[in-house]
Amino acid sequence: MKGNIVNEKTVKLKIKRQDKPNSKIYWQEFKIPYKERLNVIACLQDIQRNPTTQLGESVNPVTWDCNCLEETCGSCTMLINGKVRQACTALIDSLEQPVILEPMSKFPVVRDLQVDRSRMFENLKKVKAWVEIDGTHDIGEGPIMSDKVRSQRYALSECMSCGCCLEACPQFSLTNNFLGAATFSQVRLFNLHPSGSMLKEERLDAVMGEGGITDCGNAQVCVEVCPKSIPLTESIADIGRQTTLQTLKNIFMK
Amino acid sequence: MAKRKKKIIVIGGGLTGLSLAMKICERNAEVVIVSYQSLKRSHSVCAQGGINAAIDARNEGDSPENHFYDTIKGGDFLAHQPLVRDMCYQAPAIIHLLDRIGVAFNRTGEGHLEFRRFGGTLYSRTAFAGATTGQQLVYALDEQVRRFQHDGSVETLEWHEYLGAVLDSQGICRGAVLQDLRTNTVFTLAGDAVVLATGGPGQVYVKSTNSTVNTGAAATMAYLQGAKYGNGEFIQIHPTAIPGPDKLRLMSESARGEGGRLWVPRKAGDARPPKSIPDRERNYFLEEKFPLFGNLVPRDVASREIHDIVYNQHLGIAGEPMVYLDLTHKSREFLEDRLGGIIDIYKKFTGDDPKDVPMKILPAVHYSMGGLWTDYESDGNGMIEHGSPRNQATSIPGLYAGGEADYQYHGANRLGANSLLSCIYTGLMMCRGIFTYIDNQDKSVDDISSTIFGDAKNHWESRLKEIKAMKGKENPYQLHIELGDIMMSNVLIVRENKKLEKTITAIDDIKTRFKDLNCVDTSDWANPTPSFINQLYCMIELSRVIAKGAIMRDEFRGAHYKPEFDLKQPSKFDPNEYIDYLEKKNDGEVPENAFPKGHLDYMKRFEANNKNWLKSTIAEYKNDKPEISYEPVDTSIVTPRPRKYD
Repeated sequence: MKGNIVNEKTVKLKIKRQDKPNSKIYWQEFKIPYKERLNVIACLQDIQRNPTTQLGESVNPVTWDCNCLEETCGSCTMLINGKVRQACTALIDSLEQPVILEPMSKFPVVRDLQVDRSRMFENLKKVKAWVEIDGTHDIGEGPIMSDKVRSQRYALSECMSCGCCLEACPQFSLTNNFLGAATFSQVRLFNLHPSGSMLKEERLDAVMGEGGITDCGNAQVCVEVCPKSIPLTESIADIGRQTTLQTLKNIFMK
Repeated sequence: MAKRKKKIIVIGGGLTGLSLAMKICERNAEVVIVSYQSLKRSHSVCAQGGINAAIDARNEGDSPENHFYDTIKGGDFLAHQPLVRDMCYQAPAIIHLLDRIGVAFNRTGEGHLEFRRFGGTLYSRTAFAGATTGQQLVYALDEQVRRFQHDGSVETLEWHEYLGAVLDSQGICRGAVLQDLRTNTVFTLAGDAVVLATGGPGQVYVKSTNSTVNTGAAATMAYLQGAKYGNGEFIQIHPTAIPGPDKLRLMSESARGEGGRLWVPRKAGDARPPKSIPDRERNYFLEEKFPLFGNLVPRDVASREIHDIVYNQHLGIAGEPMVYLDLTHKSREFLEDRLGGIIDIYKKFTGDDPKDVPMKILPAVHYSMGGLWTDYESDGNGMIEHGSPRNQATSIPGLYAGGEADYQYHGANRLGANSLLSCIYTGLMMCRGIFTYIDNQDKSVDDISSTIFGDAKNHWESRLKEIKAMKGKENPYQLHIELGDIMMSNVLIVRENKKLEKTITAIDDIKTRFKDLNCVDTSDWANPTPSFINQLYCMIELSRVIAKGAIMRDEFRGAHYKPEFDLKQPSKFDPNEYIDYLEKKNDGEVPENAFPKGHLDYMKRFEANNKNWLKSTIAEYKNDKPEISYEPVDTSIVTPRPRKYD
């Protein structure tokens, strides 16, 4: 019989949906044809082309964020079978089905799988995650730096603000103001730069207050979920040491 | 003009938008950055291998003049020379600035910048941060913009889409129409100038190395509003990418810059595992054909050779249209340090580790050399007058463009590691000229009637309403795939007029079917579908520009390869012969026996072809069609001559 698809391989997905930030949550299931090398993004794109649930109900296509599709931009972070990761590198062949997709839970939902992660960027402002420069005019070479320090900085600088570490962190929540591993690691990144370190004290002061480094409960899950294998726990330990010294300095100098 | 601060609207938060925004803040003006998503996530992050600057850190005798020549030659002499020369001379200062703002560039033993090799040059000219250079540059510039955000001179409108320019009764751009992608409301923003730093149009082909935002819609909308579009048919096909159902992922040219070798088994259909094929049974086809440049020939050349190997010689791996990119002779530590970023991508998507087994790669749509036509002013000495309001100006007054969205830096083929440079160069360079433009205006945006803005807003509100009301049979996302298939099959590496004619008919058919779309989502919050349908409309229009430019250009230049018009360069030809020939011709007669057999004929063919085709393609939207005309190219510095890389 034409249309009999008993022998055709399919992919089953179960997706958590929400139309608006405060509207009710509901689940829908989809079944799409299997292809080689499918990732979660390709499945979502398939749903866009045929927005029909497994029950045959025609629905709005699922919405999600993505851009580079090669785990470099950080956009497509979501919970896949309960684990926080990027949807582009989540290959169907290595996932149990139905593949369960949910938005991250530690950030406000915008719609379906889209969340608002602007808090991460606000935190970067709080800790002055930049190098102060005199100007963009040509004043010659940058500071000399050993390749060892460069390599340490590069590992930290690969952070794409995806938010995996914060999603997994037991301390970070929708309602508190904990800065989180990504932010601490950026403090370390800029304190390691010869001219960036000129703002070192201001950065450390920013992570010493409420929501700062002392609120970290050392659960160490951040480092486990980081897709870029950034040494986040080392960063936390290092910033811990830097703030201790800063505290002592503050006592004796003020 | 009233003594308020100048206000410039920058569309796009990639390298061009960020570097321009940084410069505007520094000059004490206001800037609004409009971005489709969070700033850190623009497509510039996908650039991998590095950024060129002839600092000559390795004492190889490199110079900005060499960089200029390599770029012009790489682009098959189709780029305006003073612009490229100015860019290459500014490049060292740009790299130093990037280093100062904290980019984690790889370093030498003494702690200076390290450089590596890239395609189309014999010098080590490419500064790099592992294999994620674009990402590292975006982050550093984003941090500088955030620094100004901190003190209030930047406004960022993330999750906003540019719909079109607000044009006054004289056709001057006075602001932008934007859509908030969360509330889906449309509004206008007034500004003294608007800059499109919106990147390339890879999504016209659907599958490319580009990101999902790269629809080219903003630039196309400028074209639909009357701006000229230049060299649309010049689309770069990158030789090395990996296949996927959603995208073709780039494997950086730096893999070859660091010693990677392309090869196929000598025997067709040889299905043995690559490591068990002995060296003598491997065909290192680029090294064999191009002993001088080897694996580092420019991208247009490498992609054509791969195409020839797999489709004409049928030597693709196990009969598939793929070849090996082999790094396994390099140490694991070296590869992790220099290429870790791409090695991870390859591993994550294929399950294989390029440190252990050769990668299987294929060519993919990568970059548009063409883009919005933009102007420039030469200083008369082979450089650019940086304060000129003409620099980077589109043909709509008050609307500027830079980065991949413009057309003028890469000619017929871009050299690797020049895109990051041209993006940052245009961003930094255009600032002064825009300020001059604003100072020169008789009438400021403050004097423009509010009805101009009201009308623009109404136009777009009703346009989106019309789209939402579409209740036809076609799914927009499916129609997009079909557009991509058409472009992919006929407007790629090899182009033939008969097939291009069919392409144009097929695009027209897509355009007809567009009218029968079904807007599959009509909700009123964070609804991406009406927006996508509008982008699809733009992609269809842009594909017509690309295809029409391609069919009309009857020659072979750079990435535009029409075998029918290949001038067939003799194998022992030396490009300097052409310079001799021109000199001899200048002095009078050229004796038939002055050159090896066949060379004089070839040079005459080359000369005649340049007379016909060494010109920029200009597309203008008239009567619902692209109308094509041609403009001369500024070749005032080096004489165009045949390219040769062997």
